[in-house]
Amino acid sequence: MAQWGTEQISGDQAFTSSAGKQLGLYALYTLVALSVLLYLLSVAAGNTAGGLGSGAINVERNSITITLREEPPQLDASRATDASSFVVLAHVMEGLIAYDVDNELVPGMAERWEIRADGATFWIREEAKWSDGQAVTAHDFEFAWKRVVDPETASEYSFILYPIKNAEAVNQGELPKEMLGVTALDARTLEVEFERPTPYFDKLVAFNTYFPIREEFYNETDGRYGSDADMMLYNGPYVLGEWVHGASMLWRKNPYYWNENKGFLDEIVIAYITQDVNARLNLFKDGQIVDTHLVAPMLPEAMERRWHIDRFMDGTVFFLEFNHRDGRLTRNYHLRKAMQLAQDPAELVYKVLKEAAYLPAVSLFPIWIDGVDAKFRKEYPPTEHHLDLEKAREHLELARQELGLDEFPPIIFLTGDTPVSLLAAEYYQELYKQNLGLDIRIDVQIFKQRLAKMTSGEFDIVLAGWGPDYDDALTFGDLFASWNLNNRGRYASEEMDAQVRIAQSELDPRLRMDAFGEIQRISYDDVIVIPMYERGWSFVVDPRLKGFRRRAIGPEVDYNYAYLDVSGN
Amino acid sequence: MVDLSHSASDFLPLTASHEVQSISRPSLSYWQDAWIRLKANKRALVSLYLIIGLLVFTIAGPWIWRVDSALQDLDQISQPPGTSRAALIVADYAPWQGGSTPGTGLRIAEAGTTQAVRLEWEALEGANGHRIYRNIFPVGVERAYGIPRAEFFDNETLSFEDRLDLKPGRYYYSLVALGPRGELLQTVEFLEVDVQRVTTVAEAVDRGLIAADSGLQIGDEINLAWHPFGTDYLGRDMLARLMAGARVSLIIGIGAPFLFVLFGVVYGSAAGFMGGRSDEIMMRFADFVVALPFLLFMILFKIAFGIGPGESGVYPMLIALVVLMWPATARLVRGQVLQIREQAYISASQLLGAKTPYLIMRHMIPNTLGVVLVTITFAIPSAIFTEAFLSFIGMGVAPPTPSWGSMSNEGIKTMLTTPHQLIFPAVFISVTVLAFNLLGDGLRDAFDARMRNTE
Amino acid sequence: MWLYILKRLIQGVFTVWFIATATFFAMHNVPGDPLLNDRAMTAAIRANVEAKYGLDKPLTTQYVIYLSNLVRGDFGISFTQENREVNDIIREHFPVSAILGILAVMFAAAGGVLWGALTALYRNRMPDYIIMFLVILGISVPSFVVAALSQLALVNFNSFAGRTVLPVAGWGTIYHMIVPAMVLGLGTMAYLTRLMRSSMLEIISSDFVRTAKAKGLPPARIFTKHQLRNAILPVVTVLGPAIAAITTGGFVVELVFAIPGLGRYFVQAVQQLDYTVIMGTTVFYGAFLVFMVIVVDVIYGLIDPRVRLK
Repeated sequence: MAQWGTEQISGDQAFTSSAGKQLGLYALYTLVALSVLLYLLSVAAGNTAGGLGSGAINVERNSITITLREEPPQLDASRATDASSFVVLAHVMEGLIAYDVDNELVPGMAERWEIRADGATFWIREEAKWSDGQAVTAHDFEFAWKRVVDPETASEYSFILYPIKNAEAVNQGELPKEMLGVTALDARTLEVEFERPTPYFDKLVAFNTYFPIREEFYNETDGRYGSDADMMLYNGPYVLGEWVHGASMLWRKNPYYWNENKGFLDEIVIAYITQDVNARLNLFKDGQIVDTHLVAPMLPEAMERRWHIDRFMDGTVFFLEFNHRDGRLTRNYHLRKAMQLAQDPAELVYKVLKEAAYLPAVSLFPIWIDGVDAKFRKEYPPTEHHLDLEKAREHLELARQELGLDEFPPIIFLTGDTPVSLLAAEYYQELYKQNLGLDIRIDVQIFKQRLAKMTSGEFDIVLAGWGPDYDDALTFGDLFASWNLNNRGRYASEEMDAQVRIAQSELDPRLRMDAFGEIQRISYDDVIVIPMYERGWSFVVDPRLKGFRRRAIGPEVDYNYAYLDVSGN
Repeated sequence: MVDLSHSASDFLPLTASHEVQSISRPSLSYWQDAWIRLKANKRALVSLYLIIGLLVFTIAGPWIWRVDSALQDLDQISQPPGTSRAALIVADYAPWQGGSTPGTGLRIAEAGTTQAVRLEWEALEGANGHRIYRNIFPVGVERAYGIPRAEFFDNETLSFEDRLDLKPGRYYYSLVALGPRGELLQTVEFLEVDVQRVTTVAEAVDRGLIAADSGLQIGDEINLAWHPFGTDYLGRDMLARLMAGARVSLIIGIGAPFLFVLFGVVYGSAAGFMGGRSDEIMMRFADFVVALPFLLFMILFKIAFGIGPGESGVYPMLIALVVLMWPATARLVRGQVLQIREQAYISASQLLGAKTPYLIMRHMIPNTLGVVLVTITFAIPSAIFTEAFLSFIGMGVAPPTPSWGSMSNEGIKTMLTTPHQLIFPAVFISVTVLAFNLLGDGLRDAFDARMRNTE
Repeated sequence: MWLYILKRLIQGVFTVWFIATATFFAMHNVPGDPLLNDRAMTAAIRANVEAKYGLDKPLTTQYVIYLSNLVRGDFGISFTQENREVNDIIREHFPVSAILGILAVMFAAAGGVLWGALTALYRNRMPDYIIMFLVILGISVPSFVVAALSQLALVNFNSFAGRTVLPVAGWGTIYHMIVPAMVLGLGTMAYLTRLMRSSMLEIISSDFVRTAKAKGLPPARIFTKHQLRNAILPVVTVLGPAIAAITTGGFVVELVFAIPGLGRYFVQAVQQLDYTVIMGTTVFYGAFLVFMVIVVDVIYGLIDPRVRLK
């Protein structure tokens, strides 16, 4: 560019100011044009997705706005496997038996029931109705359950029906589904035969996979049952009014629902589907949603804002699971023992993870599991664990001798890609390097790849967790039975298997609990896993919303008993 | 008046002088010329110094600041720079079951330390159990007690040991009575606890703060390790992490552009030289690759290559970047080569008897190199951003390997409480990206032949 | 002209085929198993599920089936969003991404032209320095940092105003779009500002502007007809690729602002190894990109007489 030219023009004040004015005018035009465009686009967007969301609480409409972590893949209860589906299903469906506000089992669709050693009978209440006004019948349960075990349905949770006679055989295609041990004696009586004694069957039927489906409606949906709001029938306190995939949902009060002590709100709006905890916190601060959970870094701000912070345990236990397969380093008992003694879960939870609601785990069984008369852990206290470096190094030396090694090869530590598991993995890597001189190689994998490696056994240690399916110690107790497919480390011992068999079918509660006590002891003594923490959540709720519950069993958030109270107390 | 008279000597021919014919100003090669113009560009020069500084920081830094970037100082977690490091020496932690501390009401069993705060109390009136809260602010009329720390659904447990993330300072504990269904009752007791930073002899020896035989006693005071840039969420030294992170970010940021530009140059000049059918095919293939949605394929390749245990995943990311980014350079170079091939000075050179290697060395490479250099400089910021972006969606380098991207992503989570964990890596990214952008601008101006003689 | 378009379209079809093939094999090469879940499946259950998705057939057969479905415009059924067709997912979520992308480009273009012209007009004076400083920020700060900070700023702004002036997240109304679109368009705006500035500076010192001044034309007319109009041309040419890049690259903004766009779905699908959704999204976006490039080339040929389409 020629220097003299630019100087001359820039020196021309009149030109600049005149052109500047012109530019300002164009800016104004653009602004107007953009606003119009914005408006047109918003009209277009109104037809694509979303559009709900009108504050956390709407007193006139008696409605609240909440978030969901993920879009439910589909809402066919027989096939649901994820936490988000469980949340939605718990509000729009109801099983034979349900949990009340205090987590006690109460009659649901069944007004009474009877559980015997060889089977069970459920009597369905007369007021039980589907959302189209028709009665819920025993046949709806029979149909749904037979469908669950039908190989064609490919339900991943079908194993939870295995206590029913022939369920496993049907599921594996060895018997026709008509052979399943469940029969509707009449419209209101459901008869179940057991494969083996199942004293905890009442707790099982509260689970999603046991929810009913009406056959005739199912057939009308042509294989798309549960994929949209109008592709389902509901029998819970709420019905799905709208479902805009990936964006929003609307639950309305179900006019045909029988129980007046449940479902107090007229509308529950799910205006946001997001996993981002920061986005949720910001929405809560902005008064757009009624509750959110708080991760550790958010707590100081929550205190500063004078929020009433609450906590709950979600029932999941996380642990380091060893690979017990042949040829794996971690098959060696002394190595596992050394690693167990060289760590302290308290340090992990209090200093590294810093989550206020987490508990350092001391046992395979979480704190809330019931024993015979009191909590299980009170009746059967787990072995007290202390960090003991000296003993740990002794065991390490023994392991070195047994394995005939000069130096330990790297130990593969498989983990998922969530922030907490990465944090824990980094902590353990440095911990075992400092305390035992072991070389830990972290193997970070996305969810499905981690599962693939867990299944094929390509790891020495995997960071894993286990959440309860039903409210009984067995949901944790049978995890390390040699035949359990979820026993990804392939731990196998006769002693453990024998105890699990007792726990599965012993009818005397005391003897049964003794077996769980033994399982707890074996899992510590033989170092099947190293428990890390029991997960909990700090959370905050809009003070105008009462009766909101969070649960370990069933939906993680429960608005079934929630109601508005604007009195300010 | 001017004197117009002339003498005869004025009309004598001048003697031949070599000085007149000689070039008085130094002859400038292409590179010298570019360098002079780059030096004249202040912004480019400053950014060049910045980049040199960054390289020194990355390469020489770890030699000067010899702190292990993986070492976890659990006594100083998420510590902003410049916090007091004084700590009292106490005995090793020993489990505590609660005892019978004299006194009434909510009270501490011993002075509060960063190791533990030990609380005891008597059952509150009408309580079916208790809940302990902890706050960093005094509890006011709104009764926001703070963080629930523990709850006991019986009146037998009357002690609690709080060890959660204790920082030096004052805490406000509340003991709230629970009703029969676990609901909060109105009966509350409060307690203020001052917490002091402590460490143990064993830990201090472990961290190399004191010698094993230093003879330090319980009750003595020492200074904990110094972290000039503070520490991260695992108590690791931020400065050491930034240096280690710089390595990853710059390997990707500089390595990937160099590799794909190299490939692009070879591919593009091959296509340009060969011309005709093979040129057509080669360029069509480049078009295919250009059409791949960049970020989608970046993510796809990232998982398709997979990373094994202990690997950081830097190289798969590098390869993915190279695979996706080369076509632009290839096209550019091919265009340049085609253009240069037709230039008059090439023909002239050929007429004067220049061989092909000479042509390539003397004319082709220097004349394309400017463009290529500019391409590299502009590709560096985008590679660094890509790495940061992948870290954000959780597909970046695997821990414990740090990178600026993954550090900023971690920092975002704590940006309100400990902003230094976001600010430092984000500033490093910004400065690097900016420096390369400005340098790129400067280089483009310097190499552009049309810009000669205009300034 | 028509021949040119036809030729480009045929090339486009080949490109899409290439993308589909690359994606298909890249994905089946991914270690991991889309069918695994938290609770282990028995062999029998697993066989049932595999049969449902046709994963029990050999890879080449799967490829042929996949291609023939693709020709019919059928991307199959999602693995994780069971009972939902990938076509539905794209149909519902792409418009969201597209609207966000278009808006972001509009913001970027309007802002870039205005700021660029302004800085050129007032170069080396205060407005120039301020705007160029902001531009530098826009170029050098990672988008996820900007997104997180702007969301935080929104919360504080709303609480300062005492009501929700602009929503902090979500999608649906005009107000939901403003901030995300601005954040998304920020980098492009900075780029366009620089482009506009340098092209303005070049024009300001060109001969025809000098001639116009010498003729005594009014300054506003010179500015509009001679400078602005000519300087805008290079900006217009990069808009097409920018729309495509922004629309397919809005993951961060979609994640942070909880916007139900296709980008967020893609990230989710990758994490879950949802084969059909990954393939559907990639092929669709690839086709979209190819199409945009063709459109831009054709339009450019129509606008600029120096370019002849052949």
